[in-house]
Amino acid sequence: MRSMTMTEKILASHAGMDSVEPGQLIECHVDIVLGNDITTPPAIKEFNRIGKGVFDKDKIVLVPDHFVPNKDIKSAEMVRAVREFARKHDITHFFEVGRMGIEHVLLPESGLVAPGEVIIGADSHTCTYGALGAFATGVGSTDMGAAMATGRTWFKVPSSIKVDVIGKLPRWVSGKDVILTLISRVGVEGARYQSLEFIGPGIQELTMADRFTISNMAIEAGAKNGIFPVDEQTEKYLAGRTNKVWNKVVADVGAAYDRQITLDLSALRPVVALPHLPENVKAAIDLSDTAIDQVVIGSCTNGRIEDLAQAAEIFQGRKVHPKVRTIIIPGSQAVYLEAVKKGYVEIFITAGAVVSTPTCGPCLGGYMGILAKGEKAVSTTNRNFRGRMGHIDSEIYLAGPAVAAASAIAGKIASPEEVFVC
Amino acid sequence: MLTGKVWRYGDNVDTDVIIPARYLVTAEPRELAKHCMEDIDASFAGKVAAGDILVAGRNFGCGSSREHAPLAIKGCGVPCVIAESFARIFYRNAINIGLPMLEIGTQVKEIHAGDELEIDLAAGQIHNVTTGDTFQAEPLPEFIQKIVTAGGLIEYLKEAES
Repeated sequence: MRSMTMTEKILASHAGMDSVEPGQLIECHVDIVLGNDITTPPAIKEFNRIGKGVFDKDKIVLVPDHFVPNKDIKSAEMVRAVREFARKHDITHFFEVGRMGIEHVLLPESGLVAPGEVIIGADSHTCTYGALGAFATGVGSTDMGAAMATGRTWFKVPSSIKVDVIGKLPRWVSGKDVILTLISRVGVEGARYQSLEFIGPGIQELTMADRFTISNMAIEAGAKNGIFPVDEQTEKYLAGRTNKVWNKVVADVGAAYDRQITLDLSALRPVVALPHLPENVKAAIDLSDTAIDQVVIGSCTNGRIEDLAQAAEIFQGRKVHPKVRTIIIPGSQAVYLEAVKKGYVEIFITAGAVVSTPTCGPCLGGYMGILAKGEKAVSTTNRNFRGRMGHIDSEIYLAGPAVAAASAIAGKIASPEEVFVC
Repeated sequence: MLTGKVWRYGDNVDTDVIIPARYLVTAEPRELAKHCMEDIDASFAGKVAAGDILVAGRNFGCGSSREHAPLAIKGCGVPCVIAESFARIFYRNAINIGLPMLEIGTQVKEIHAGDELEIDLAAGQIHNVTTGDTFQAEPLPEFIQKIVTAGGLIEYLKEAES
C-alpha cells in the first residue's frame, strides 16, 4: 500500500478508501460540523433548501462568539436564528452566552474534538484542531449547510509540507513566535492548498497551548490544515476531557512530502508581524521606536490560560502605559474562571487593563476595541490585514502575549526582556 | 460568451477588504454588494456594472472563510473572477455558490484595468479584446465543473439525489 502522511491517512479512512494521494477529489464523512453566529445563519438557509433533517444532532456544534454578547440588533437577530435552529433540531452542542467561549478555544477544552477525526468548520481558523492530531479545516456556509444535512463533504487531498521541529524554546518565546517565524519563511501563500505536518523531536518542547496557536495560524500561510502527531502531552490533555474513542494516526516512514522545512526552536526570538500581512515579521527588539495606542490579548489564537499566565507574569507589579488602552479577553468561561482563581484578573485590573467576557470582538473589527484613523495596536490575534480591526488607516502588529504585555507597559513595541531589565 | 470591462487589483486581496466584517450582519448578496471591495477601492461598489470582470494577482480571497465575500462579488453582478491564483477557502466557496473562478497564472499581468474581455467559461478561454491577447485558464476538474454547471453545491446535491 502507498505510504501516507497523517493527513492522507485520516482522509482515506473517512473516505472509506485504503489510500489516497495528493490532488485526488474524495468524499469523506465528517465527525464534527462547526459554525458561528456569522456563518451559521447563511448555512441554515442552504440547509433548509436541501429539505432534510440534521445528519446527527450530536455532531453539529454551534458557537455564537463573533458578535456576542450581541453588539447590535442585527447581530441579536443572527444569534436568534442560530438559537432557534438549535432548538428545532435538538442540537446537543449549542453554546449560549455565559456558558460559551471562542469556538477554537472552547471545542478542544470541552473534549468535542479528538485525534484522527475529520472536522469542518465555517470559520477559517478551524485548522486549530490539528494540534490534537485531527484533520480540521475551514469551509464556508454552503459547505456547512450541506454537511449538516448529509454528514459528508468533498475534499481535494492536499500535498504536504513536512516541518521538522528541533531544539528548545528560549525564555519568552512561545507558539506565536514559532508560527509567525514559519509564515515569514514560507509566505502567506507558501502553503496554499497544502497540509503543514509538524514532526520532529522539538514538538515535545511545545505545550498544547503552543500547538493550538501554531495550528490555528496554518491558514495564514494559505494551508488547508496544520497537524501535529499525538504524544504524551496530547494524551494528558485529552484525559478527563473527552469520552470519544480516538485514533492515533502516525505518518508512514516513507510518506511523500512536497518539501521539508527545518525549524530550530532554539534560534527563535520574540517577534512581531508588521501591517498588513502576517508574513511581515521582525524581531520585537528591533521595533522599539513604534509607539502604540492599544493592546489586545486574547482570541482563538492566544486566549488560553497559558497565554494569560504569560501576560500576568509581565503585568505583575507594573502599570499599563498611560497612553495605551489594554483589553484582555479570556478565550472561554473556563479560562476566565481559572484566571480569576489564579489571581491574573486582579493583576490585569490593578495594572490598568480591562478584562472582557469571551468574544472574538476586536479581532475582526466587530466591537470591544475598534481602532480609529492612524491608531496602532499590538494584538495577539491572527490577522493584521488592512482595516481588520477598524479604520482602514489603522495598523495591527501581531505578537504573542509576552510581547503584547511588554508593549502595553512600555507604550511602544517592546520585547519582554526590555521590561524585566527596566 | 461573457463580455465585460476589467476591474484590476493586486496580490493578496483578502476577504476583509472584499467585504469588511462590520457589514457581516447580513448575508443578503445585494446588501453585501453595496460595500464590496470598500476597504481597497471605495469607488468599486458604486461604479461596477453587471457583467464587469474582477481580475487580480496572487492569492485572491485569502483570509476568512466568510462566504459573504464571493456572495458580495456575485451580488454586484460580476459573473466571474480571474486571478493568478486563489486562496483555498475562497475558491471553494465561490464554486459552491456557482461563481466561476479562472486561474491563469502569471499571464494575468497582461490584463489591465478597463480592458474589455470576452470569456468562454465552458472552454476556460479568455480573449482580451483591448490588446488582442488570448489566455487559456486551467480546466476545472470534472467534479467541480458539475457543481458549477448545476449552479452551486446545493443544486448539485439536489440533482444527485433526484
